[in-house]
Amino acid sequence: MPILWLRVALCCYAVGLLYALLALTRTSSLLNRVALPAMSLGMVFQFVSLTEAVLLSGQLTLTSVHNSESLLALLVMAAFMIVYLVYRTTSPGIVVFPLVFVLTFVAATTQQPFLEVSPGMRRGWLFVHIAMIFIGYAALFLSFAASLLYLLQERSLKSKKPAAILLRLPALEVIDQIGYRSLLLGFPFMTLGLIAGSIVAQATYGRLDFLDPKIFLSLLMWAVYMVMVFTRWNAGWRGRRAAYLVTGAVIAAVIAWSANYYSAIHGFVQS
Amino acid sequence: MKFQLIGVNHKTAPVEVRERFAIPESRLPEALKRLAGHPGVDEGIILSTCNRVEVLAQTKNGTVDLRGFLRDYFQMDPADYEPHLYEYRESDAVRHLFRVTSSLDSMVVGEPQILGQVKEAYATARAVGAVHSQLDLLLTRAFAVAKRVRTETAVGSSAVSVASVAVELAKKIFGSLQGKHVYLVGAGKMSELAARHLIAHGAESIFVANRTHDRAQQLAARFDGQAILFEQLYETCDRADIVITSTGAPHAIFRREHGELFLARRKNRPMFFIDIAVPRDVDPEMNRLDGIFVYDIDDLQQAVTSHVADRKKEAERAEAIITGEVERFHVRLQTLDVVPTIVSLQDHLETIRQAEIDRVRGRLGPLSPEQELAVEALTRGIISKIMHTPISTLKTAVRESEATTVVDIVRRLFDLHDKGVPEKDLQGRRKDDKKAAKSGGGESGAKE
Repeated sequence: MPILWLRVALCCYAVGLLYALLALTRTSSLLNRVALPAMSLGMVFQFVSLTEAVLLSGQLTLTSVHNSESLLALLVMAAFMIVYLVYRTTSPGIVVFPLVFVLTFVAATTQQPFLEVSPGMRRGWLFVHIAMIFIGYAALFLSFAASLLYLLQERSLKSKKPAAILLRLPALEVIDQIGYRSLLLGFPFMTLGLIAGSIVAQATYGRLDFLDPKIFLSLLMWAVYMVMVFTRWNAGWRGRRAAYLVTGAVIAAVIAWSANYYSAIHGFVQS
Repeated sequence: MKFQLIGVNHKTAPVEVRERFAIPESRLPEALKRLAGHPGVDEGIILSTCNRVEVLAQTKNGTVDLRGFLRDYFQMDPADYEPHLYEYRESDAVRHLFRVTSSLDSMVVGEPQILGQVKEAYATARAVGAVHSQLDLLLTRAFAVAKRVRTETAVGSSAVSVASVAVELAKKIFGSLQGKHVYLVGAGKMSELAARHLIAHGAESIFVANRTHDRAQQLAARFDGQAILFEQLYETCDRADIVITSTGAPHAIFRREHGELFLARRKNRPMFFIDIAVPRDVDPEMNRLDGIFVYDIDDLQQAVTSHVADRKKEAERAEAIITGEVERFHVRLQTLDVVPTIVSLQDHLETIRQAEIDRVRGRLGPLSPEQELAVEALTRGIISKIMHTPISTLKTAVRESEATTVVDIVRRLFDLHDKGVPEKDLQGRRKDDKKAAKSGGGESGAKE
């Protein structure tokens, strides 16, 4: 059943994907009106799917990878919705919707490995770890989306083509604020998530192996994240340089995620 | 109506062709005389600007070989320019003139210079006597139409649009203008207008720097702003989010290194430079810096003309005004055509009446003054009773398309010969039209 709901959600998200693909070339008012309700509906189905998965497995930790990808998609959508409520703009959807679609698509189709949970793991901390890290990821992705929009808007304004005025992206400063605020909000979550993760690892293995790819890459990602927040705050970096940094952070995040396949302590078990 | 127009403009001819047709002001009177002397041309006017050269003629009878005039006057190989020429007759020529004068045919639709240029051409043509009756009527009407278009549609508000586009762009960069600072470098009318718009949309404070400090102080006082010595421009400029430059400096006063300096001081918060000056005050290189956006007057103009939806709507309204005006002018001219017919008809009948009275006078014998008067009254009465319907028919026929036919029939029935338009009558009508032109013309005059 969870997988069915997830696929229904996927269909809803497909509308968003279509919106994202067309939004740049033309403004279709029909699609604009349909996209947001469709995405909201998708969130409801995804939520149902996840709740069912938790109820079925009887544990909160969402140990299957496709559940966690689905959760990440839901969190990214939630972040998007928060931005929508604050700034009344759906423009980040241009980047967010395809990402959510891909995450949900992967979660809904492929056979996924399970996360290895040792019997001795502290489930409470593990839950905190996953939730925090994922909220951090969602914020990072949103910031990434804002960064791309910033570049787009900046380019259209610099090109001085008449389209600059017609393009319906939010103002440059607003995009910048969205990006910066998501970064600022995401950072504490990411930090707390890593702390929770190290507590779990400490408790399970009795030590922290900093050379383990997972831990090493996670720390690297955190460092990039911190540098990014710092330069934004200190030097007001935005535009291209900020986009490079956030792209770097996203890549680091993806690598840290994929390290699950290589790490001894944070590995997946093929189902 | 016997109007004929030939010309080239920026749409039909490249600049290489247009510049060869251009007639400098000093040689215009001579060209006009040549045009007026061209076979078949009654009146003529020549409009020569950098975007167009047009020759408009009122012909004596039928069509005139205006191409021949161009050939004779410019002594160029017709093959070079023939494909770029356009030619209009009658109502089409009138419409074209109205469109040109109203700036609908301009490169930047709504730009105000063209009206002045047509007025100058008109003044020159009048001075040499190339324009005296019907063309005079047509041009004064064209000015009135241009005024109507400008007051009744937004087509002419190009200067205002530049300011509002600046505001829109500023909003695209800063979102809300609340709390943003505006810096005026140079104190021109345009920059003042732009500043006014920005403040109306929430911009907070104004700094003014001008080479003559007095002027800066005056302008700053008007905005409750702060006048800054021009020497302190670079130290203070980073305080502004929006900089409007309009100095008469021959070189750029803001260069790339200034931009870098400002950005460093502002922690990379974006800056928007609006450069209204020609030559430009801001080095275009500045636009390459991340976070600095430079728009010069051409960029703004371009953005203005790209307000497609708005502009199209306004242009459509302007075209509708012009269509109505062309029709009205048509009617007016035909009323003129009818007047001589009526006058000669009345003359004709009066002659007959006089002749008849003279003929029977001998047979009537001596008449008392009362009897004399009675005969006068009787004959006059008969004629005016009979003529009442035909004359009013003639007058109303003007409003219908068969006016010329009716006039023709009347003339043939009564064997009337063309004595030309009575000058006295034309003068009267011209005065009316000039009054209309001054007051904005027609309905718009009444509205004001």
